[in-house]
Amino acid sequence: MENAARFSTLRIADESVSYKNGVYNESHDDKRRRPEGLPIIHDDAPTMSLPSPWRADFPAFAAFARDGQTYLDSAATAQKPQAMLDALLGHYAGGAANVHRAQHCPGERATRAFEAARAKVAAWLNAGSAERIVFTRGATESLNLLAYGLEHLFAPGDTIAVGALEHHANLLPWQRLAQRRGLDLVVLPLDGAGDIDLEQAERLIGPRTRLLAVSQLSNVLGRWQPLDALLALASSRGALTVVDGAQGAVHGRHDLRSLACDFYVFSAHKLYGPDGLGVLHGRPQALERLQHWQFGGEMVQQADYHEARFRPAPLGFEAGTPAIGAAIAFGATLDYLQSLDGTAVAAHEAALHRRLLAGLRAVAGLRLLAEPHNALASFVIEGVHNADLAHLLAEQGIAVRAGQHCAMPLLRRLGLPGALRVSLGLYSDGNDLERFFAALERALELLR
Amino acid sequence: MSLPAAAGEALEAFARCPGWEQRARLLLQWGERLEALSDAERCSANQVQGCESQVWLLGERRDGHWHFRAGSDARLLRGLLAVLLARVDGLDAQALRAVDLADWFARLGLSRQLSPSRSNGLNAVLQRMRELAG
Repeated sequence: MENAARFSTLRIADESVSYKNGVYNESHDDKRRRPEGLPIIHDDAPTMSLPSPWRADFPAFAAFARDGQTYLDSAATAQKPQAMLDALLGHYAGGAANVHRAQHCPGERATRAFEAARAKVAAWLNAGSAERIVFTRGATESLNLLAYGLEHLFAPGDTIAVGALEHHANLLPWQRLAQRRGLDLVVLPLDGAGDIDLEQAERLIGPRTRLLAVSQLSNVLGRWQPLDALLALASSRGALTVVDGAQGAVHGRHDLRSLACDFYVFSAHKLYGPDGLGVLHGRPQALERLQHWQFGGEMVQQADYHEARFRPAPLGFEAGTPAIGAAIAFGATLDYLQSLDGTAVAAHEAALHRRLLAGLRAVAGLRLLAEPHNALASFVIEGVHNADLAHLLAEQGIAVRAGQHCAMPLLRRLGLPGALRVSLGLYSDGNDLERFFAALERALELLR
Repeated sequence: MSLPAAAGEALEAFARCPGWEQRARLLLQWGERLEALSDAERCSANQVQGCESQVWLLGERRDGHWHFRAGSDARLLRGLLAVLLARVDGLDAQALRAVDLADWFARLGLSRQLSPSRSNGLNAVLQRMRELAG
């Protein structure tokens, strides 16, 4: 059966997503992995205003208020806390210097701050050692690094398994690798709820599966994927495992000692940090299997005209001058997040998300693409083009995402030209949602 | 340079629109004026690449002057296409190359629809018109 379900890189099986009428069926099967400490609270009345106690820490909201903008696109990028902005300015105003190479005092100070940021990332992920943290330009670059750095492990006929809901960043590097090496790219279908179907995964992840790459939390469907089961399955088949935490890392803290993956990637900019900085976390045995992929700068150990030797991870995978200021600023973001009550943040996000879903359900003709667990909601409205809605929401200062959300294969399989997505951050509040719902109502009045 | 007659009409109509809501209603009305494309015409060969929403464009030259028809599934985009077609209807290839899209939409109070992050692809549509006109 495995052969029948397998297909080459460029062919896509029609059954790789199961759905009805363009929408995943609602499921009450909630066994999937949620971050620990996520509370279940059902007592908020719809009239409460749900203020965010942390909103004032993010100066962007004063600017948005002046400009009449309501920001509900945090899944695309998050706003930045003042603490991060201060650190960024402090680094440059205090005197920039390159890292890891100069003997002078500014260089030492920059290097210390840069490496301290690496340690903060390791601590945030409970990774144990900072040696496990490679800084990249973003989650996308982290995944591309893996697709090149692991290429030597694949032989023609091997398979790579990815979820049917992957963001392009966790699909295309593997698609290209499969094309380069003559591999089979297996797409793990989704079940009726919009999660990777474990029964089918059991059949599709076989002895020739060398690597599994899956999202932790879907950027379109907003559902936590059944990672524990998938990772255990892939490991039992001897496959390397890659988790795309671009969305998941933002909602709840994840302990990478208990999450049994070889590699975990995310972007700083979605986790209230600066853009241009990403993280690749690898287990030591997994990092050792990576081949170098970009060359030059501090990754070099010894170089001559015709041969060179390179450093191990993490520095060996940070060619050129890294994003020093961004890394230091991200360290400040993590200090800030660390200072918050994580349970209170999760409770606030959960209450807002329930409010969002309740409000959306009250809109006639609105269909959710799936029943999201948290963070976001994607939807379409019967008889209304998503581009028209996006246009009229933007006219009213509502910043939500419309289109295909960098997941064209998933949207195509759903038979949708696009969808709208509302996404939340810890600074979002009930007034944001009220303005969104009022604007949605006016837009629909115009369009219907 | 004198504008096509329909362009003058568009300028007059949009000039009377003080707010986004009236502009949106007017765009929806203008979108209704687009001549419907047949299923056969809504084919990939006529599709304009670079638009997030699907846009089809057909052009024909009569006596050296170009006439275009366009369609989209998105209604407001149909309106934007209609005011673009009004601006370019009957131009020759040289005049088509001289059309300043940003200026035209600014005069209609629709500049926001052309901002770089908006992916409705009106620039791609004009580009395609120029390619068709050669």
